[in-house]
Amino acid sequence: MSHAATVERRGGVLDKISDLFVTHPKLLTFVLLLLPLLWIGIVYVGSLFALLLQSFYSLDDFSGLVVHEFTLSTYAELLESASLQIILRTVMMAALVTLACAVIGFPVAYYAARYARGWTKALFYLAVMMPLWSSYLVKIYAWKLILAKEGIITWFAETLHLLWLLNGILAAPVIGGPSLSFSYIGTFLVFVYVWIPYMILPIQAALERVPANYLEASADLGAEPRQTFWTVIFPLALPGIIAGSIFTFSLTLGDYIVPTIVGNSRPMIGQAVYTLQGTAGNIPLAAAFTVVPMVIMGVYLYVAKRMGAFDVL
Amino acid sequence: MPPAVRFVKVCRRFGSVRAVDGVTLDIAEGEFFAMLGPSGSGKTTCLRLIAGFEQPNEGHIELFGETAEGVPPYKRNVNTVFQDYALFPHMTVGENVAYGLKIKGASRSDREAKARDALAMVKLGGYEDRRPAQLSGGQRQRVALSRALVNGPKVLLLDEPLGALDLKLREQMQEELKALQKELGITFVFVTHDQGEALSMADRVAIFNDGKIVQVGSPADVYERPMSQFVADFVGSSNVLPPAFASHHGAAAKWTSLKPERIDVLAPGAAVAPGHAHVDGQIKMVSYQGSITRFSVEADGVRVIAAMPAEAVNFEEGENVRLTWPNAAMVAMEDGA
Repeated sequence: MSHAATVERRGGVLDKISDLFVTHPKLLTFVLLLLPLLWIGIVYVGSLFALLLQSFYSLDDFSGLVVHEFTLSTYAELLESASLQIILRTVMMAALVTLACAVIGFPVAYYAARYARGWTKALFYLAVMMPLWSSYLVKIYAWKLILAKEGIITWFAETLHLLWLLNGILAAPVIGGPSLSFSYIGTFLVFVYVWIPYMILPIQAALERVPANYLEASADLGAEPRQTFWTVIFPLALPGIIAGSIFTFSLTLGDYIVPTIVGNSRPMIGQAVYTLQGTAGNIPLAAAFTVVPMVIMGVYLYVAKRMGAFDVL
Repeated sequence: MPPAVRFVKVCRRFGSVRAVDGVTLDIAEGEFFAMLGPSGSGKTTCLRLIAGFEQPNEGHIELFGETAEGVPPYKRNVNTVFQDYALFPHMTVGENVAYGLKIKGASRSDREAKARDALAMVKLGGYEDRRPAQLSGGQRQRVALSRALVNGPKVLLLDEPLGALDLKLREQMQEELKALQKELGITFVFVTHDQGEALSMADRVAIFNDGKIVQVGSPADVYERPMSQFVADFVGSSNVLPPAFASHHGAAAKWTSLKPERIDVLAPGAAVAPGHAHVDGQIKMVSYQGSITRFSVEADGVRVIAAMPAEAVNFEEGENVRLTWPNAAMVAMEDGA
């Protein structure tokens, strides 16, 4: 009877490397993370740091050159009324877009998580993701046509004899304008359209992790559906809503294309940054403007955490 | 007094599957009732019909004489202990237990006091501020139990509550549940696929197969007098003897149940006591199980399982033996299916 070796000695260099990784898992982690860490460390964090640094420099008004000396004067400029208005306008828009995305997105996500099975689920993913596959610019120009004075919405309103309603809405102060495509309403609608997938998917993922028997347990303990929603479903979906709102909020805060194409001419943060770093050549103020969304998101996450939004995770 | 739970020809279908197929059943108030059967036999669906998570397609359900069809779970005075406990992960143990009271609008001090008592009752006093994730399986099980009992249900439904626990804990919980039921005096309806659990705890057992109840009775009834091959096999894994074998050994020519522990394994040619039947055969397999040893013996073309106290015998595979058993141990069944 031949005696088989208990410990095999086989293989070439590749096998030896595999053996090394299997017996030294930390080495494997190091090798796996080396490249991404270099990328994140140098390209990502590095440039972020450079940006932060720029915001502490200032622009010499007279020569139009950047003065490479530490100063808080650029941040002081942010607090001037013109800049503050831009910030306030952008934050309001981002907050309303986020709220609308959450309110519209939640039922869709809930349906997908709880009821959609098989082909309806596939259809859900397709419907939510497909808008992300086509060009962002094409979609926004399409919306401009839809919202234009000669566009389909006006035509619909006319056909249904509801033009008075449309005109009434457009006559509203601040949010109105000459047509939907030249108003805050238009900007808002397009923002909600382009960002809503980023709200639906995290909520759906959070709701997928809520087993049906939590709802049964809640009903069993006497809770009506409305009570179950507010005491069980909503708290458990909250991390998903927060995750989605991080996307919709920060994407709106930083976007300059949508308000440039659809909206009145009053700038948002993204447009301000675009103008400042381009034609105006005021890199420090542009950098200071980009710090604003970061600070806002930081505060937002801190408050959310303090309120226990992530306790379920 | 009307029964706590009454089913009259209840059917529940899922698509073409008849999960519950014409079940008629009365469960008396204060009874510890077990629903026993293999998975997919309809026992859990019956429990869900009582809780209100499912509605029957046909038939009639009553709780304490009141019609239950169309009544949602939150309007029924029954509470459930779920198989995987279904504790809310975003609430503390105390909040979980107080949930039902909070929903009913009890004051904070009232529900905190009651939750404390309910947790103390299941020996988890002082655990109020922990999260379910910080508890062991056995502790979660107790929290689920007190979360249900704190509402003072008239019927407590338990869906395989001990299934996820290890053996020692399970045996301990069986005793505690039984004691708790006696103390509270409320109706317990207990779903399990573990026949030992059902027999040791229940006042009455219903055995389910294929969406139907195949036998209802006291534990001793269903264990000692199975009415069908299915029950004989499922409850206590009886030997099911074919009619020819039975009649050859002095019983009626019917399918017959014979419990392994009633059979003695003796040396070949050993004397047979009066009033006993015997058969000679060969041991095909020996399986040592701690307190008992099981012998699988081929005799007259039938595999007969005999169980003996482990220290009593020392036969090995391949040996010829004689099996004897009291004539009375052979119980004729109504059908062979």
